[in-house]
Parts: sequence; C-alpha cells; structure tokens
Amino acid sequence: MSEHIVSKYDEELNDVARRIAEMGGMAERLVDVAVSALMRVDAETARTVIADDKKLDVLQRECEERAIMIIARRQPMAMDLREVIAAQRIASDLERIGDLAKNIAKRVIALDGHIQSKRFNTGVEHMAQLSLAQLKDVLDSYATRDVDQAYQVWKRDEEIDAMYTSLFRELLTYMMEDPRNITFCTHLLFCAKNIERIGDHATNIAETVYYVVTGQVLAEDRPKQDESSTTAVAYEKN
Amino acid sequence: MTQTAMNTAGMAEKISIRNLKFFYGDNLALKTINLPLFEKKVTAFIGPSGCGKSTLLRVLNRMYDLYPRQRAEGEVIFDGKNVLDPDQDRNMLRARVGMVFQKPTPFPMSIYDNIAFGIRLYENISRSEMDGRVEAALTRGALWNEVKDKLHTSGLSLSGGQQQRLCIARTIAVRPEVVLFDEPCSALDPISTAKIEELIDELTTDYTIAIVTHNMQQAARVSDYTAFMYLGELIEFDETTKIFTAPSDKRTQDYITGRFG
Repeated sequence: MSEHIVSKYDEELNDVARRIAEMGGMAERLVDVAVSALMRVDAETARTVIADDKKLDVLQRECEERAIMIIARRQPMAMDLREVIAAQRIASDLERIGDLAKNIAKRVIALDGHIQSKRFNTGVEHMAQLSLAQLKDVLDSYATRDVDQAYQVWKRDEEIDAMYTSLFRELLTYMMEDPRNITFCTHLLFCAKNIERIGDHATNIAETVYYVVTGQVLAEDRPKQDESSTTAVAYEKN
Repeated sequence: MTQTAMNTAGMAEKISIRNLKFFYGDNLALKTINLPLFEKKVTAFIGPSGCGKSTLLRVLNRMYDLYPRQRAEGEVIFDGKNVLDPDQDRNMLRARVGMVFQKPTPFPMSIYDNIAFGIRLYENISRSEMDGRVEAALTRGALWNEVKDKLHTSGLSLSGGQQQRLCIARTIAVRPEVVLFDEPCSALDPISTAKIEELIDELTTDYTIAIVTHNMQQAARVSDYTAFMYLGELIEFDETTKIFTAPSDKRTQDYITGRFG
C-alpha cells in the first residue's frame, strides 16, 4: 500500500502494528510456558507466567492509548480506520489470552505436589498444541494480511471444541474410576476450558483480520463442536 | 465508475444526471457523469481541487449560463424535465434549486430585506404575510433568535457564521426543492461549522441537498451518499458509510485516507 502524504501517520500506524506483533509473541509464549508448567506441575515456572502477564497488560494499555491518539489526531478513514479498530480489538483478545494463561498458571500453583499419572495429561497437551498452532497462524495472518489463512483458522476452531468435549468425557471417567483423581482432574478440566477459550480468541482475531482486509464481516455461522455443556457420563454402580 | 449493490428500493431520484459532459471552451471538464440525487437525502461531492465537483454543482441550476463559452451536454432530469433544455426558465429553476456559496454573500441591505428580496421576485404578498415568511425562513435557518431584535440592521453587520446562515435562510425563503451547498463551511470557525451541519441535517426533512466539501469528515458526518470525483470523472458513488469505511475503488481509498500524491 502506498504511503500517506503525512509520513508521521505511517509511523504511528506501523508502531501500533509492531506492538500488536510484540503482544502476540508474548501471549504465545505465556500459553506455551503455562501449559508446560501444567504438564510438569511446576509451580516455579507457573509463577513466571503470572509475573509476565502483567507486562502484557501494560503493552495492551499502551497499544490502546496509541490507537486512541491516532483516532484523535488523524481521524482515520477506510482501511486506516479498520486498521486502528482492529489493533484495539486484537490487543484486547491478546490480553485476554494472557489472562487465560495466567489462570492455568494459578491452578498449577494450587496443584503443587499433586503428581499424577501422565495419562491424564495427554488430551490437554494435545489441545494446547492445537490452540497454540491456531494462535500462531492467526498472528501470521495478521502480519501478512493473509485473509485465506485467517479464514482457515476461523474454520478450524471446531476441532478444538470437539477435542474439549471428548476430554470432558474422559476426565469425568477418571473421576468416577477413583475419587482421589477428582482434585487433579477438576483443575485439569478448568485448564482445558481455558485452552478452549484461547482458541475462541484466536478465532476472534481471525474475524478481525478478515474485516481489516476485506472491509466485510465474516457473516456465516461458525461450526460449533463444543457439546460439553450438554454432555453427561452415566455413573455405573459396581 | 465503481458502484456496489446499493439498496435504493423505494428511493425517489429527485435529480437524475445522465451522460453529462461539460466544457470550458474546448476543455472537457466533466466526462460523462451519471449520478442520481435521491429525494430528501444529502449527497456529498468530494475530490481534489479541479476534479469537477463544483462544476457539477453549477450545472444543476445552470449557474454556468452566466459565463460565455461554457456549455453542458447530456441530461439533468429534474422532476421529469431536462433542465439543460434551452427553453428552461432559468430564474424559475434557480428558485427551485437554491445555492449557498463558499463565502457568505448577504446583499448590502437589512437582514429583513435579505430574506424578503427573493420572495418579492416570485410572489406578491401582504406585509404581515411577508413578516411571517421572513420569521419562518430565519427560524429554519437557525438564526431567528440571534437577529429578531435587529431585523432592520445591515446583513453585513453579522458574523461570518451568521451571514452564512442568513444566506441559507434567504435560499430556503423562496421554498426551493433542492439546495446546493458549495463548500459552505470553508470560511467558518468550528462552532459556526457545527451550526451549519446541524442545519443541513434539519433541512433534509424537506429538501434534497447536494454539498461540495473539501472536509472529508464533514462529508462523512452530513451526507447519506457520497460521490468521489477525480479529473472530471465520477470514480465512485455509494452510501457514505460504505465510502468511508470500505470504499471499492483504490483511488477513492487513496484520496480519503490521505495517500494521494
């Protein structure tokens, strides 16, 4: 895209985009570290996530202030307007992703000392990988303004939802097998829900990227596969 | 020209511009313009200096007739009649299609007579009836409260913003159907500008309005439809919300975002 007559305007827009990229990298790292802390029930690492989340909050506020300044100073129009609005939305999605990583980290601290069988972890780990891949792809699509890639992310969220539903069943089964699993599995279930929410924020960002590039809102209904709210596992008496 | 599918169902075209070409001598200033002005809507014309937007406005009430070697081809259909026809009564046309200019141009006479002057040209009414018409026009022009106690002082004693509202009141006093605004706020401060914008908004209940403006935000604020012109061509015509959030043509986008080199 050609440049503005006022070059300072370009600098301001680029600055906001650069901050979004920085926030994106930080959010990815927080999720990654939080999940690996969960897998190892490593409270020490979990505490670093909680500390780093504050930095993400600061970045989000800065991003927002700069976007507001652009609106006040430049009265952006058309693609510039979409760009500034998108930056604000994406910054708030990324900030929420940081919060969700922090929530996982808090549960890791609560679980400190409860070492459990590795078999419980597999499902959550797999879900986390998928969510992280979604996050990475959607941030790439923002950086390159690749509307097809954003659309693919948007479509793929149903895999995470489906995984969450099956994980929900699986963890319920473990809890029924042995009540001593309940504490760990409940925490794990909440972590899984957090990861599923991270996927949802990735799809929000995908919608925003679609809007920036095309000027249109992704109107079709996204396929939904999260059926956990209507799922039950029958309790069988031995 | 780019134009996306607009929902224009049920919208009456007050003026239809068809295949309009305009010449300054041998110089082609408007290149085959096709454009509707919808009834009781505001249509903004935007574009860089010299793109033909003021020329287009001046065709609509045949203001160009006042100058030699200027001519228009094509059709401007106004309520079923081509106003470019040689037999068109120009004075009657200008009463029905009023115009407000960039610089306020009150007549060098009292505020009262500024309004009454136009009415007297077309109608023969009693003194008391005239008083009522003058008050109505000044009220409609959002000026009555400021001038009601000094109706017989000179129109030139008013501030720039007040003078411009006086000109608007004078224009609507003769009960036109269409009002053309040629950069009505470019010589005014922000408060006066806001008052004129508020006034334009109120006028849409009764009038069809076309406005030329260099202020993009103003076009975005006051208009329902926007036409972007460049080098005598109509590049894009669409709903204003569409033009300023997601225009279809790259040239429109470049112009409104400040990328035109």
